[in-house]
Amino acid sequence: MTKQILLAGFGGQGILFSGKFLAYEGLVEGRELSWLPSYGPEMRGGTANCSVILSDTPIGSPIVTHPDILIAMNLPSLDKYESEVVSGGKIFVDSSLIDREVKRDDIDVYYIPATKIASDEGLSGLANMIMIGFMLKNTDVCSYENVDATIEKLVPARKKDMISLNKKAIELGYNFK
Amino acid sequence: MSEKVLMKGNEALAEAAIMAGCRHYFGYPITPQTEVAAYMSKRMPKIDGVFLQAESELAAINMVIGVASTGKRVMTSSSSPGISLKSEGISYLAGCDLPALIVNVQRGGPGLGGIQPSQSDYFHATRGAGHGDSHMIVLAPASVQEMVDLVFKGFDLAEKYRMTSMILSDGTMGQMMEPVSLEIGEINEYDKSWALTGTKCEREPRIVNSLCLQPEELERQNFARFERYKVVEEKEPMYEQYRMDDAEVCIVAFGVASRISKNAIDLAREQGIKAGMIRPITLWPFPKKALSAAAGRAKAFVSVELSMGQMIEDIELAIRCSRPVLLCNRVGGIIPTVEEVLAKIVEASKVGGAE
Repeated sequence: MTKQILLAGFGGQGILFSGKFLAYEGLVEGRELSWLPSYGPEMRGGTANCSVILSDTPIGSPIVTHPDILIAMNLPSLDKYESEVVSGGKIFVDSSLIDREVKRDDIDVYYIPATKIASDEGLSGLANMIMIGFMLKNTDVCSYENVDATIEKLVPARKKDMISLNKKAIELGYNFK
Repeated sequence: MSEKVLMKGNEALAEAAIMAGCRHYFGYPITPQTEVAAYMSKRMPKIDGVFLQAESELAAINMVIGVASTGKRVMTSSSSPGISLKSEGISYLAGCDLPALIVNVQRGGPGLGGIQPSQSDYFHATRGAGHGDSHMIVLAPASVQEMVDLVFKGFDLAEKYRMTSMILSDGTMGQMMEPVSLEIGEINEYDKSWALTGTKCEREPRIVNSLCLQPEELERQNFARFERYKVVEEKEPMYEQYRMDDAEVCIVAFGVASRISKNAIDLAREQGIKAGMIRPITLWPFPKKALSAAAGRAKAFVSVELSMGQMIEDIELAIRCSRPVLLCNRVGGIIPTVEEVLAKIVEASKVGGAE
């Protein structure tokens, strides 16, 4: 099984970090994976995106142009990538920042006001991980069981206090109804 | 196998250099290779190594010449415009027959160009970079693992043949993360009786120099150097074959272009087109024999490159123009899509079929 995931939003939303989480999930599970960020001026305030591929076979191109899963955290990202998602794919929308619905009807769409939940719960800046938790719940990309191990691998020891906050954010997304 | 870790290509490359015994790094920041310098600045002071951000690329490459002349492993890295600046020093390294490792994480050009991935320094790297008759060993990684493996290889070949090795990478390879095994290979010991290590008044002084005003002597040096190059061309070409057993359309691609091409080949096979790829790992020496052998079965070749048709010349030379060679390229920082490569494979299968 190969899953091509595209995460997109503004620079500063932690798009690359949430992509890294998925990459580390792949590492923990011993799978083939690639993580490719956009880099350059767009990292400093413009749109940022990140290609993550998880697979059981060696990965060719690391660039995701037609994602199975799109995580859209702002309107320009949804506008840009909605049409690129493969038929039968899934889009996850941060509905607190995107005030339109997905137009396509050949894909599954999941809405969550991640940024609002984050600020309500005192997890400002962790909407990205709420999106990840929400995605884990609604896909079979990787297993929820490895979240703790992954977070501990990903967050450096000197930022220990961030470990529980990240876990909480993922949990909130995972349990969102 | 050591446990795999996740690292960016640029960082894995830097760590590999340290593991290979490099304790001297001189650089100057430029996107998209800055992680190499940043990583070195963190690691070198902890292991009694030298990290020095020079005042310019020219200064950095001349510092490389200084360390190289002592026989120590030394490295510099930059991106395209910075490598142009280093070219004078690269020629001096060749003239002095010094081993060194130079990393070029290419970006779009010419001029200052852009900061997105490119392969348009192909000619510059494979034709010897600086002035005068010379070559570098040019290694083109196509994964983060190869960023590590080819650093080992690059240092080894540089010392073995007293040449400069260049890692010709691109922004994608530098920025992407993949699981990588940081495993240290055997470090071979080569004769360094030329190295400037101080006579301690116990031996005759040695001279490392590229100035030679006697035409006969300079000619002799050039001929001797090219005898060595001939051995490299004979013994050291590296390449990977992908689905080539029965391939009628042969893609030639390196670095990120080869990764895209693998997907396109798989799709072409699903359509019944027998496509395969020869991926040069060394761009100089170019794997001429492998291509020439492939021309026996393949009806057509496709050069997939992020440049305006540079490698295509080496392909045509290698197969003596015996088959059509099509070009599939994007430039300026744009990477060809899988669909674009697939369309070219389909086109090539028809060109070849018409023969």
